[in-house]
Amino acid sequence: MTPVPDTAPASGQGSPDDVLSVRNLDVTVGGRTLVEDVDFTIRAGERVGLIGESGSGKSLTALSVMGLLPEGLRATGSVRLAGVGHDLVGADEARMSRVRGKEIAMVFQEPMTALNPTMKVGRQIAEVLLIHRTRPDRASARAAAVELLAQVGLPDPATAADAYPHQFSGGQRQRVVLAIALANDPALLVCDEPTTALDVTVQARVLDLIVRGVQDRRSAMLFITHDLAVVATACERVMVMYGGRLVESGPVQEVFTRPRHRYTQGLIGASDLTAVDDRGRLVTIGGSVPPAGQFPAGCVFRNRCTQATEACATRPDWISTGPDSGYACFHPVPESGAPGTGTPAIQEAGRG
Amino acid sequence: MIVRLVQRIAILLASLVVSSMLVFAFMAVLPGDPARVALGTSASDSAVAQLREQFGLDQPLVVQYLHWVQGLVTFDPGNSYVSHAQIGPQIADRLQVTLWLVGTGMVLACILAIPMGILMAVRHRRPSGLILSALSQVGVAVPAFLAGILLITVFAVGLGWLPANGWTPPAEDPALFLKQLVLPALSLGMVQAAMLTRYVRSAVLDVLREDYLRTARAKGLRPTQALLRHGLRNAAVPVVTVLGLHLATLLVGAVVIERVFVIPGLGSLLLDSVSNRDLIVVQDVVMIIAMAVLLVNFLVDLVYLVIDPRLRVGAS
Repeated sequence: MTPVPDTAPASGQGSPDDVLSVRNLDVTVGGRTLVEDVDFTIRAGERVGLIGESGSGKSLTALSVMGLLPEGLRATGSVRLAGVGHDLVGADEARMSRVRGKEIAMVFQEPMTALNPTMKVGRQIAEVLLIHRTRPDRASARAAAVELLAQVGLPDPATAADAYPHQFSGGQRQRVVLAIALANDPALLVCDEPTTALDVTVQARVLDLIVRGVQDRRSAMLFITHDLAVVATACERVMVMYGGRLVESGPVQEVFTRPRHRYTQGLIGASDLTAVDDRGRLVTIGGSVPPAGQFPAGCVFRNRCTQATEACATRPDWISTGPDSGYACFHPVPESGAPGTGTPAIQEAGRG
Repeated sequence: MIVRLVQRIAILLASLVVSSMLVFAFMAVLPGDPARVALGTSASDSAVAQLREQFGLDQPLVVQYLHWVQGLVTFDPGNSYVSHAQIGPQIADRLQVTLWLVGTGMVLACILAIPMGILMAVRHRRPSGLILSALSQVGVAVPAFLAGILLITVFAVGLGWLPANGWTPPAEDPALFLKQLVLPALSLGMVQAAMLTRYVRSAVLDVLREDYLRTARAKGLRPTQALLRHGLRNAAVPVVTVLGLHLATLLVGAVVIERVFVIPGLGSLLLDSVSNRDLIVVQDVVMIIAMAVLLVNFLVDLVYLVIDPRLRVGAS
């Protein structure tokens, strides 16, 4: 790919509908496997949630897609993006830098530190347009930056463009980060817990902006969170991750009302703040997430699962239940007797 | 911004006044009569009294202090008690020499240390980075005078390319001035560079771990571009601090190098004056150094304001 200035958001017309296809993705450090055999596809314009407790490999999966894994971590497998002629796994910096910020963009968790404190935000936004030459010169990039700031709902965008990050609140900074991410109309927006660090009152508004932003651009979205309610509002499909593996996936409505994997069932149970156990305490998943690389062999959830048997010592196969849905469990929740309590209300409780 | 600037200037002026008082008070409480010291124990009482009157030493301390400050402010600090020579031109001369030496040394140090430090940080896991790191560690351990002697041995004695010592003012003979400047400035610069490199390295390493550098890469900047465009300015703050401290201490600290290369700098003047009991010159030189330290700190503060917009907010 050469950095030709083109106006189309993504030149992904070649392959049918898939924007992102991840195949057999592993992330390892030293001898330990942190993410194992992750396989999924995201279609154009589709909004997909990736949920799971902290330490289950969600962020590493996202960073592998971006090619921004921390030093020392290695990804293997295949990550293909529509319109990009090469595999993103193992691609060199020169090629990846043409994809990042243009075809895929990312919103990070911590807005307070994600922006350069010594550069005016207008310039930080304009930069992403100039790097990829989607605007011919500084003046037009600056005008576009002001327009983007208006789109993400910052009052008085022209003045805001000349301000430094420390002059904004966390929510406003996340809007700026979002403006940077959406600047080049990416085919895929990756969001890594973008609302977690924000005040509850601000979360909903920022989430709404993100969803509107990707809808307006017909961008696909991979949205990482441990907040099931956020997934229910923002996403159409959800993937559940635990111990570095995908354990269940399907349309949000289906997974949240009729979970099949015991881990998903536990997550949903734990997010129900009206349900209490015999002793009047909120329901949680027993035990805690093991340290990275120390999950049990076989089914990664078996040491915390109430239904685990001998059979779980071998790795459960992926059981497909539809084009986009399936689970990996030997003792799934029976299809009829799901204790799913509908859309979970508030944030997941009892995280490890 | 303006508020901050006015604040800094006020602090600078107040510090200057306080430090002048301290320097004066310290010299005043030293035992011994400067006139007696200057003339020696064999001088007659009348000669001492005459000298005291001549230099105003018989006046009350407050008057003496004000007289001294007036001399400093008007760049006419009077004459030495010992040599009776004018102190002003002498100090100006020596200061100029030291500024050339230290200035050139520090510029050399920056030219060496900044790229090396960045390279060491970027390659901190690779052999090349580790080797550079070890070299700079050795450099830190080498005292400046040893570096000077080694340079003299190789380039002056061995190869004969450059003079081993001496000093010529630039106006007198620019070519000779430069030739004589190279070795002392280099020995000063190399030792400073070794220390500075380590600060640059750790500052850049810190910045490399920052989230905004990851954001910069997520925008499509390559790692080096991201560091250059977003990292260096942020890494500059701790480096400027260290640079300022070293610069200030080197005004007298260069005395060792001055001795090795027989250069008439400010540090040498201070040492000579101390051994000659030329107390008024000592007092003036110490004050000049205090002024230089305060001025450098003031400039460092200004640089902070330029680098980091977060500091520009006026204090409430």
